[in-house]
Amino acid sequence: MSLHWIDYVVIAIYSAFVLGVGVALKRYMRTSTDFFLSGRRIPAWITGLAFISANLGALEVMGMAASGAKYGMLTAHFYWVGAIPAMIFVGLFMMPFYYGSRARSVPEYLRLRFDEKTRTLNAVTFAFMTILASGINMYAMALVFKLMLGWSMHATIILSAMVVLAYTALGGLTSSIYNEVLQFFLIVFGILPLAILSVSEAGGWSGMATRLPPGFVHTWKGLGSAQNNPMGIEWFGMLMGLGFVLSFGYWCTDFLVVQRAMAAKDMIAAQRTPLIGAIPKMFIPFLIIVPGMAALAIFPREAWLTDGAVNYNLALPLLLARYYPAGMLGVGLTALLASFMSGMAGNVTAFNTVWTYDLYQSHIRPNASDHHYLQMGRIATVVGILASIGAAYVAMSFENVMDYLQLIFSFVNAPLFATFLLGMFWKRATGHGAFIGLLGGTLGAALHHGLVLAANNTPGIKGGWITAVHHYPSDMAQNFWGAIFAWTTCFVLTIVISLVTRPRPESELHGLVYTLTDKPSYGHLALLRRPATLAVIVGIITLALNWIYR
Amino acid sequence: MSAESELDIRWPIGLLFSLMGGMVAIYGLLSSDRTFYRPLDTADTRMINLNLSWGLVMLAFGALMVLGAVRAGRKAARD
Repeated sequence: MSLHWIDYVVIAIYSAFVLGVGVALKRYMRTSTDFFLSGRRIPAWITGLAFISANLGALEVMGMAASGAKYGMLTAHFYWVGAIPAMIFVGLFMMPFYYGSRARSVPEYLRLRFDEKTRTLNAVTFAFMTILASGINMYAMALVFKLMLGWSMHATIILSAMVVLAYTALGGLTSSIYNEVLQFFLIVFGILPLAILSVSEAGGWSGMATRLPPGFVHTWKGLGSAQNNPMGIEWFGMLMGLGFVLSFGYWCTDFLVVQRAMAAKDMIAAQRTPLIGAIPKMFIPFLIIVPGMAALAIFPREAWLTDGAVNYNLALPLLLARYYPAGMLGVGLTALLASFMSGMAGNVTAFNTVWTYDLYQSHIRPNASDHHYLQMGRIATVVGILASIGAAYVAMSFENVMDYLQLIFSFVNAPLFATFLLGMFWKRATGHGAFIGLLGGTLGAALHHGLVLAANNTPGIKGGWITAVHHYPSDMAQNFWGAIFAWTTCFVLTIVISLVTRPRPESELHGLVYTLTDKPSYGHLALLRRPATLAVIVGIITLALNWIYR
Repeated sequence: MSAESELDIRWPIGLLFSLMGGMVAIYGLLSSDRTFYRPLDTADTRMINLNLSWGLVMLAFGALMVLGAVRAGRKAARD
């Protein structure tokens, strides 16, 4: 694949716009709330699109197309089971506490509800994880552009980091959110022609089905037992592991996405943020998974080989090269670059908030002026980007280190939702219970990993490093069941420890726990504008999609 | 739209897509690149000018966004 001048011009125009948005927003950044929370004045349709865009990174786009080629429609479970239900839940039931408590971050909610140690544990792991994720993204993206176009990895990393640095340091969270919305439209307009052209060439839905392996166009048909589908997972592990533990753990507690809703202009807008985001989210499988499936139907096996092995990550590059002439190719690549950069910006803006409010203000320098924290936010942005670049280079040189770190963080993340669920809906849950539950859940996840192994893997980083007492049919089954295990450990431990420790008086828990919080009133809203109505509509369409593509 | 004085996001989206779409469409008019395309219900294959057609789609989307921003701006000025 090679680029013409027109492609470079399209990419250059995009970069200029991104910087221009940062410059234009700078004059609105007067207080730390402006910088870290967009002054809480963004309308719901914008925060809603940013809510899903923050998660729609370039790696996800390429990875989901690859997964479409590898597993077919089963991949849609990551949306229709693994995202939408959690998005409905966070909007309807959790946003009243996140937004209503006026917490400025997810860790800060834990401080209000439980105690300082629980907040610090969450803040430290989140800060590390975000930088790590940002660095890995940067490395992977630079690698993609090197393989596709022969770009220098150093140049890709440094240049994109500079652009992101400029616009996040200037415009803070608003800049990040605006660019996420821009990226959302770029992805749609940059990828949609690929979806249309590839599916029609593959013979439409039915024509494609005849050319693909059996069961490829179904989501539920093979889930009766793990042997009947290529993911090697059965319906219970899918629903509980992906649909409940992993999905709720991400969409309901990860500050990267929740921060978008916290920036909304009022409670109703905050509640509607994930619900509005859910509408386009439901249809993203048609944009990125289905073209991956079409690619498998169109290209012969030889086209997929890298060093003699089938490489499904080629799905998107193959389609780009087949259908896009110079011009549209620039648009498609700009969409990938944009989602890569806005993903980085999302990580960095979440990092600078958690660092400034949850670590710096609470442990290093409390009671400074607001201006001081605004300055600290800008410094944290620079440091966060430099640290991400560092993480990218570590990933480039020691791939194993990154694998281990990601594994450890997956242990940390798995139990999180149990803590939030108990914190929000059980007033008896205590700080000691939450803290020990989280540590215990993480330990439980690590133990599970050390004791099990998936088929065809050798003991080590893939599991079974203590001794393999149980074997799973696939990596995915191992991941999903590991998450279920960690969640249950945390849930039970938190309850047991809470029952033997002293609860906080109810008077301190108003606005933080379901039974002690006044419900937002919707009486003044037309029926169609109420969050619950939107949730019902989203729920029905999701069920219908699951049914149609069963 | 958001707080009265804040930058309306429809401006950057609209201008970027108008500019990008317009450029790609003009490039499509002038270049000879054609994309292979087989309509669903027919056996014959066609070549389409993707740059021109999709460039116009993006231009139209951009123009709509700009229109929305202009209207919102007028409304805000009136209130």
